[in-house]
Amino acid sequence: MSRQILNCGFVPLVDCAPLIIAKELGFAHKEGIELNLMRQPSWSALRDMLALGHLDAAQMLSPMPIAMSLGMGGLSAQIDSLMVLSVNGTVFGASKEIARELGPLPFGDAATLLKALSKLNKRPIRIGVPFPFSMHRLLLSYWTQTLPNFVVETVTVPPPRMADAVSDGHVDAFWVGEPWGSAIVQRDVGHILMTGTDVWGFAPEKVLAARHGWIEENPAMSRGLMRAIYQAARWLDDENNKPLAVEILARSEHLNLSPDVIDPALTGHLTLSANGSPVTINRFLVFHDHSASFPWRSQAAWIAAQLGADPKGIERAKQCWRADLYRQNLSSIGADLPSASEKIEGAVNEMTTTPSSRGHMILAPNAFFDGRTFDFEVQKDE
Amino acid sequence: MNSDMRILVVEADTEKAQHIIDALSEAGWVDVQTLSKVSSLESSIESFDPDIVLIDMENPDRDTLEHISMVSDTQSRTVAMFVDQSDTDLTRAAMNSGVSAYVVDGLKMNRIKPVLETAIARFQIMRQMRSELDAAKQALTDRKTIDRAKGILMRQRSLSEDAAYKLLRKAAMDQGRKVIDVAQALVTAADLLI
Repeated sequence: MSRQILNCGFVPLVDCAPLIIAKELGFAHKEGIELNLMRQPSWSALRDMLALGHLDAAQMLSPMPIAMSLGMGGLSAQIDSLMVLSVNGTVFGASKEIARELGPLPFGDAATLLKALSKLNKRPIRIGVPFPFSMHRLLLSYWTQTLPNFVVETVTVPPPRMADAVSDGHVDAFWVGEPWGSAIVQRDVGHILMTGTDVWGFAPEKVLAARHGWIEENPAMSRGLMRAIYQAARWLDDENNKPLAVEILARSEHLNLSPDVIDPALTGHLTLSANGSPVTINRFLVFHDHSASFPWRSQAAWIAAQLGADPKGIERAKQCWRADLYRQNLSSIGADLPSASEKIEGAVNEMTTTPSSRGHMILAPNAFFDGRTFDFEVQKDE
Repeated sequence: MNSDMRILVVEADTEKAQHIIDALSEAGWVDVQTLSKVSSLESSIESFDPDIVLIDMENPDRDTLEHISMVSDTQSRTVAMFVDQSDTDLTRAAMNSGVSAYVVDGLKMNRIKPVLETAIARFQIMRQMRSELDAAKQALTDRKTIDRAKGILMRQRSLSEDAAYKLLRKAAMDQGRKVIDVAQALVTAADLLI
């Protein structure tokens, strides 16, 4: 079988690991794909390159394909999410000055932290996020809007510059993905105060995206790519593989990061302040376990609703998340498939079993910090 | 053409920035500012209010620029990007799909002029389209108001639709006002009375 070249865009963050592992461990090769990983300087550039056909597929922030398909901001195009590349993996923190003013708080208590932030004299607090269409920004808005009179100013700061922005006072607080949260702690300019999981227990963070038309025209390539990524994600979430994974990612020319900044994300052992000792965060970054890579259409609906879409837009967003292709392409390699493609987001408070193709699967907690639940199937009839 | 355009160049490398400024002024654009620190991007855009922002495709600060364009009223601004490679397909594809991404071969200064002229032409088309869209929206709103006014007259004075409109038009002509203004006054008054 001759291998076909597939140009895949990515941004050098720890959570692009499934792409690098799919290439380096030969999962892509076995599927007949020569995976050409193309590093992109910004999310806007990646988006343009994918829309214009210079990339066949790309790692994207989970709200990006939905925003593009619904024609919100920047470039519009029919972009689908073939699967979820990673769940969770982000941190929220503040500059040392703000952290000092906040005083000691229980780590990871989103409600208490929000109240403390709203009582600071500094108004409005400036918070850095990587991109307007990011899970970081959506979680930040969801969280802060629960206090109706608390207004924050959100600014976009490219993650590699976040530590500088915190250090020179351009932002008071930050919401970033790894390794950039740990980088802020290592430089001793800020503290991590909670992780994204404290606001939403199981948030789809990055997705594998491609143009709708490209997927239609290249069913075999789409299938091979999905199978390769699925196997890479499964390999990554095997506890025994973690040390090797850190090493492979550190040696890869694609990331250009040292092992000590890759390790916290993969192992979930985060250091919260420069002098602190690491704490363990459950499900800090998930690639495969608990059906992490399955593109639940209810997740797409939640994102669209947060972006302000109307019921029609929410339905459209659901169609962008290709649960259908996931079932079609991955059942033959042993993927356990949930019986439904939608679930009530926020309803799982502890490990819960749900029917699946192999009997049942275990869903991890996906609660929101304020206990709200979202059932988008109800809204269908209107 | 269009030498009164205000252009903001986002470029940290002062030498590179100077080259771009020189090329721009040679081409007739003199109202140019450069910005090296992205933390002041927001305030620069507010105070300088550029028509066009130039930023390198490779510059990660583009995401910041996108966010600012989204939240502020900067829709009339084109972002042109220079990349160090020649790729006419990409340029064409970008223009067709509405991205203002333009490619300059190795930042060759003699190409800045044609590239910017294309960017500006596109910028003006967009502005034209937007004002046409605004006009269309206004016309639609006006028609709704006039329909409501006609409806009020038809009910209150038992007139046909045609007669109601004639009455509105006559009142407008008598008072030297526009039909929409008379209709608006009637609708407002009716809202108060009912």
